[in-house]
Amino acid sequence: MSAINGRSSNGSTAAPKTPRTGGEVVCDAMLAAGVDVIFGMPGGASLPFYDSLYMYQDRIRHVLIRHEQAAGFAANGYARATGKVGVATSTSGPGATNLVTCMANDIMDSVGVVYITGQVARPAIGSDAFQEADVTGISIPITKHSYLVMDVDDLPRVMSEAFHLASTGRPGPVHVDIPKDVFLETTTETAPDQVNLRGYRPSKVGNARMVRKAAEVINASERPIIMAGHGIDISGAAEELLQLATRGNIPVVSTLHGVGTFPETHPLSFGMLGMHGLAYANFSMRQTDCIIGLGTRFDDRAVGKEDEFGPGAKVVHIDIDPAEIGKVLETDVPIVGDLKLTLQKLLPLIEDRDRTSWLDQMNGWRRDHPSLKIPDSPDSVLPQEVVRAIYDISGGEARVIADVGQNQMWAAQHYWYERPRMFFSAGGLGPMGYALPAAMGVKLADEKQDVWCVTGDGGLLINIQEFNTLAAEGINVKVAVLNNAHLGMIRQWQEFFYEGRYMGAFLDNPDFAKVAQAFGLHGVGTSSRDEMHDAIAMAHEYDGPVVLDLHVDRVENVYPMIVPGTGVNSVIEDPR
Amino acid sequence: MNEAPETHMLVATVADHPGVLTRVASLFRRRGFNIASLAVGHSEEPGYSRMTIAVEGSAEEVKQCEKQLYKLVEVVSVRNLTGAPAVTRELAMIKVRVKSNERLGLAEITDIFRGEIVDVSKTSMIVQMTGAQSKIDRFLDVITEYPIEEISRTGVIAIARDDVGPRNGRARG
Ligand SMILES: Cc1ncc(C[n+]2csc(CCOP(=O)(O)OP(=O)(O)O)c2C)c(N)n1
Ligand SMILES: [Mg+2]
Repeated sequence: MSAINGRSSNGSTAAPKTPRTGGEVVCDAMLAAGVDVIFGMPGGASLPFYDSLYMYQDRIRHVLIRHEQAAGFAANGYARATGKVGVATSTSGPGATNLVTCMANDIMDSVGVVYITGQVARPAIGSDAFQEADVTGISIPITKHSYLVMDVDDLPRVMSEAFHLASTGRPGPVHVDIPKDVFLETTTETAPDQVNLRGYRPSKVGNARMVRKAAEVINASERPIIMAGHGIDISGAAEELLQLATRGNIPVVSTLHGVGTFPETHPLSFGMLGMHGLAYANFSMRQTDCIIGLGTRFDDRAVGKEDEFGPGAKVVHIDIDPAEIGKVLETDVPIVGDLKLTLQKLLPLIEDRDRTSWLDQMNGWRRDHPSLKIPDSPDSVLPQEVVRAIYDISGGEARVIADVGQNQMWAAQHYWYERPRMFFSAGGLGPMGYALPAAMGVKLADEKQDVWCVTGDGGLLINIQEFNTLAAEGINVKVAVLNNAHLGMIRQWQEFFYEGRYMGAFLDNPDFAKVAQAFGLHGVGTSSRDEMHDAIAMAHEYDGPVVLDLHVDRVENVYPMIVPGTGVNSVIEDPR
Repeated sequence: MNEAPETHMLVATVADHPGVLTRVASLFRRRGFNIASLAVGHSEEPGYSRMTIAVEGSAEEVKQCEKQLYKLVEVVSVRNLTGAPAVTRELAMIKVRVKSNERLGLAEITDIFRGEIVDVSKTSMIVQMTGAQSKIDRFLDVITEYPIEEISRTGVIAIARDDVGPRNGRARG
């Protein structure tokens, strides 16, 4: 293969024409994208790339993870915390297949990560060579785009396209598979000044006529509600969201990924909705006459039963991805565009309406259904208390990365997130084992911020090898293990829906404090309430990574809960 | 349109890269869209191919399918020609087992359908039939009395007539 049709060095920047190896091209592209930390593990096919990284180590920090899955999740955390693109890298075959879960996770959660995988040398491709796997074949359905680079002259363009695709429009994972010999070959090609992809032109501002129509519908509504999704964070539209809500006196509920996009202590905030959302957030969705969906895909865990979700309500939906509009809900005002830019157009058209009676009604539900009340528990520490203690001791200023399961819901519920990018969780794919590596990426994104990893005992064990990375790299993450000796969410479902036939729900755990110590980390274990508070306070002060093995109530359930397939009407609230 | 109401005709312009067909096929499979036929060939523009995809599904499903197609980076445009003035054609080759005394009868039917006999052997004839899909279907219905040995169909291709308005069904991602 030769250079792509019609493209020559003419269309390129005036950068020096000194030849660069494929590996150097990749490093330069990372620098151009502002990436200063990457995560990975080398192998035969990617060794030439590591030889380039060696030369760039003063500008690009390579964090050696202990399982490639951790590289992908760490890059995800880094991307979400910085708003830049994350980079994870592996060798061919087993290294690359270990990244598959991460790609699937990024595409579900719209996170821009570029995956650089080594591939066997070109002459060996297709021959079942040692450590060969068709990873671009595997990654097609779980990436925004992918490349197998067969000519080093294509690499500068491919790399700039990869970073562009990962970070623009609806962000997502981009996979670049590079044969070993392509890393080694040299090219004088440089990246074009501007990425030019005919089939990729993400929208900017939403259609003006539709924006006016949205304002009309919102102004005419008596019981509107804003459903704030991840798009608010991605587009940097938190300020516009705040203005929209306060200008129109419109209450806000958030999706799991929208948590923190609207300050949760604001009187107009009614918390997270959905299966384990707050009862009053969900009640409001039943009564609203106008749903304003902002940067959300109306996920089934958030919506529940569609016909009990704002029945009869008008739907205004703003999202950058046209394929999300009308996918789940019939939409009255569909707007495709970047949220920040579109909300800026919408704001001046929003009228200051008195919505006191609607807000009174909602506050009534808030009063009568206090979903965040933590019950008394004389004999055991409740996991909710742990989250609350982290909130209190950090003053709400710590970034929290939750794993998957009950711990994830408690971390979302019992902490008040005042800003975007304070709460991180793998909501769409829900892969256990996300939190610890993601927390490493979040920490390295900005080391001044306190970072707490809130994980279940089960999820911790999936990537516990990363204790080694924390220790070796001195990554100052505080790990709170909500140790309930169960795959808690599984136990809860078996209790509720399988009449208590517990199968594969019990965990025979090691002593996590000792495990942490063996890895060279500061580890503390306790089952007492006082010691739990002390341990969190100690960890908060401690200058280095800490693991707290917190033995909490073993059979606590997450409330409220909307039984799957039903609506808000059948919400199960805490019986205590 | 000649097609049954639940079959929709999408015409996509796609970059002529290796793997683009895999991407399209993968998308249809994972989203559960049903391809009735898919035909790919060069377009008028070097470096770009045209795909004609006959999709089965409700109008809503097909709308979603168009949007998902458009999200593929290598898909430059998608047009839904369903219900729009368009010319659609398919080519079929049908090998029919015929005794010598049956040849004339088959040739006659073929002629009525404006098909062509492109090969004759001692025991069989190959009919080439071009036209709208429904015409080929009807021809096959009519010749059921003959044992058919082999059928090979290209899948339908479509091109819009010029009086079609601005590109419809075009989504951006
Ligand atoms: C990789 C993976 N495997 C299985 C599951 C299914 N699953 C969801 S929650 C859960 C239990 C999690 O247990 P734990 O990490 O201890 O958290 P808890 O619910 O107890 O807080 C399981 C097994 C999953 N989400 N991810
Ligand atoms: Mg557990």
